[in-house]
Amino acid sequence: MSQSNTTAVHHVHRDDLGAKMGMWVFLFTEVLLFGGMFLVYAVYRFQHPELFKLAALELNTAMGTFNTIVLLTSSLTMVLAIVALQKMHKKLSLFYLAVTIGFAFVFMVVKYFEWSAKFSHGIYPGSEELLNKQNGEILFFGLYFVMTGLHALHVIIGVVIIAFLYVFIKRDKITHDNYVKLENGGLYWHLVDLIWIFLFPLFYLIH
Amino acid sequence: MEHGNTEHKEHSHGYGIYILVWLALIALTSITVTVAGVDFGKIALPIALFIAAVKSMLVINFFMHIKYEDAIFKVFLLLSGMTLLVIFILTFFDVFYR
Repeated sequence: MSQSNTTAVHHVHRDDLGAKMGMWVFLFTEVLLFGGMFLVYAVYRFQHPELFKLAALELNTAMGTFNTIVLLTSSLTMVLAIVALQKMHKKLSLFYLAVTIGFAFVFMVVKYFEWSAKFSHGIYPGSEELLNKQNGEILFFGLYFVMTGLHALHVIIGVVIIAFLYVFIKRDKITHDNYVKLENGGLYWHLVDLIWIFLFPLFYLIH
Repeated sequence: MEHGNTEHKEHSHGYGIYILVWLALIALTSITVTVAGVDFGKIALPIALFIAAVKSMLVINFFMHIKYEDAIFKVFLLLSGMTLLVIFILTFFDVFYR
């Protein structure tokens, strides 16, 4: 990265294309990870269509819809942070990143209320209440907790990444002509959004 | 051009296009929620998945910038999509004809 180049002293060598490509390769491993889970979901839903429908009625569609809008909007503020930096509006870029983190917190708070509502009804992995239900419903909630749980973990990791990006921009480690780290952080955040776009209808919108 | 970047390829946009994409995403979300309330029977799932696919194409193309990226990125994306599709099809053959 900071290797000095004798032939071109005015131009620090860096490979933005390679950095972005590396990020995409990582994102594919994420797609395969979640893809495998969606595959399990597809097979079990095919085997228990009615019980999946029954179990899904217990989820709160309003909260799911609200969180979808929160996440989509956070993706917008993320991309606006990049545009702002490109336009050399450093303060505005920092503002958009802070807003993105704010939306992530809202998402997690809603998630917390959703999960605690389920817990208070005795529905959590391995609970007596859940294990007394029929097989299809147990599978639905098992997948629900694992998939939204893993997604929530990604949201938390995303917040940490964005917080680092914020500090880097503040200290001019990321600037208007060297922002591939910001772009890659953005790609991660959009993937989190992308996974939710499929989780939402598959768990909340089965009627 | 006028912002004199050192990047080789620069596709800097204004804020406008992203706000439009965001509006489209919100509109599609309300459509998919509304449609879920109507009883479409067997085609309910394909409709929901189609809307999700359109939403993800918007996110990938604009927010993730793939529309303006080199062809190699599109090949990467196609390859991972195809890999997933093949895994799904092979598994479904096993499940459906067991």
